[in-house]
Amino acid sequence: MISTLINPKQIIAARVAKELRDGDVVNLGIGLPTMVPNFLPEDVNVILQSENGYIGLGPLEGEIDPDLVNAGGQPSSILPGGAFFDSLFSFELIRGGHVDVTVLGGLEVDANGNLANWMVPGKMVPGMGGAMDLVTGAKKVIVAMEHMAKNGSSKILQQCRLPLTGKGVVDMIVTELAVFRVTEAGLVLEELQEGVDLETVKEKTEASFTVNPALA
Amino acid sequence: MDKMISMEEVSTLFTDGMTIMAGGFMGVGTPQELVSAMLEANVRDITLIANDTAFIETGVGPLIVNRRVKKVIASHIGTNPETGRQMIAGELEVELVPQGTLAERVRAGGSGLGGVLTPTGVGTVVEEGKEKITVDGREYLLEKPLRAEVALLKAYKADKAGNLIYHRSARNFNPLMALAADTVIVQVEQIVEIGDIDPDEVMTPGILVDKIFVQGGYQS
Repeated sequence: MISTLINPKQIIAARVAKELRDGDVVNLGIGLPTMVPNFLPEDVNVILQSENGYIGLGPLEGEIDPDLVNAGGQPSSILPGGAFFDSLFSFELIRGGHVDVTVLGGLEVDANGNLANWMVPGKMVPGMGGAMDLVTGAKKVIVAMEHMAKNGSSKILQQCRLPLTGKGVVDMIVTELAVFRVTEAGLVLEELQEGVDLETVKEKTEASFTVNPALA
Repeated sequence: MDKMISMEEVSTLFTDGMTIMAGGFMGVGTPQELVSAMLEANVRDITLIANDTAFIETGVGPLIVNRRVKKVIASHIGTNPETGRQMIAGELEVELVPQGTLAERVRAGGSGLGGVLTPTGVGTVVEEGKEKITVDGREYLLEKPLRAEVALLKAYKADKAGNLIYHRSARNFNPLMALAADTVIVQVEQIVEIGDIDPDEVMTPGILVDKIFVQGGYQS
């Protein structure tokens, strides 16, 4: 499968997929995170939760039902065994620790596990939607994003500059260059993506980090 | 008690300056014909409580576009560019609330609670101006109840007593809002006689529903 990874987003999604276990309840943010299921092995079946009120989210198949959309408002399906509920229950699941993993995009992540992904003051204020609840309540928070912004600056910072989505909430950062774990002592570089060397990651990461001895 | 109403009667239920809740998630589960009735009634300066401001042409979006809203309380406004434009121009007040917190605030308003304690938003701008309460060593924000004068719901099916069944993901905020407004109006696709819905299947009990509007009009 590795040979088919042709762009950064696919590299990221494929690596995130390795974090998911059979039976996990997973909430995927819009954009890149929705690519993750494409890279799950056949024996790993996860249950996708959709914040607008169901579990068992599936891809659109057959006719569009205008009453059935995902959290991005796109037509979707519900798989056998799924269930619908209201928004209150949906967020009871999310905040209450009943979602095993959430995968979200990020504008900035920092060395303390802070995440900023909901607004750029003066430019873009879409609102936080369900993101603040997800990062607060999900058992494991994975940020899946490209290592650098479009202008080439690092998105992994010593300290976030944008308004936060959550404070100290991130467990893992997966980019097309590397995988970091967030610990009490700061960021630990756990893996280099294929063909990437340590110097490149150091150069393109603003935050300070330690390197897992296994990598040295 | 006859709960069935016509489009003409719907438009008499709104007054300028009132607070309105509307069900829906990006327009899915929003009573589009009730929103149109509000537009035609020319009601202004409303405070709108909804998950999001949907799109320019659908959901509650047209209320924003046609400048009927003074303040909106929502979790997401990004899919309706007009909301952001009016906000930045200082023409519209926007209170952004995390989606789970919005649901809990509506629940609190509808269920006699003085608020809820949530960890969501601690350490972010959401905590500004709010009381922080520590319970067993963890910090929570005190989030206060939300209520409205009118709630606009969308259901798939009702009986004439107002018992409701929702369809697929169109349920979302509707059942919560049924508890949190003085007058609850529902738009339904299908109306059946009392007794035709199995009590086990009822998602919102009819005692919460004041008025039923059948989509496309109703012939008795």
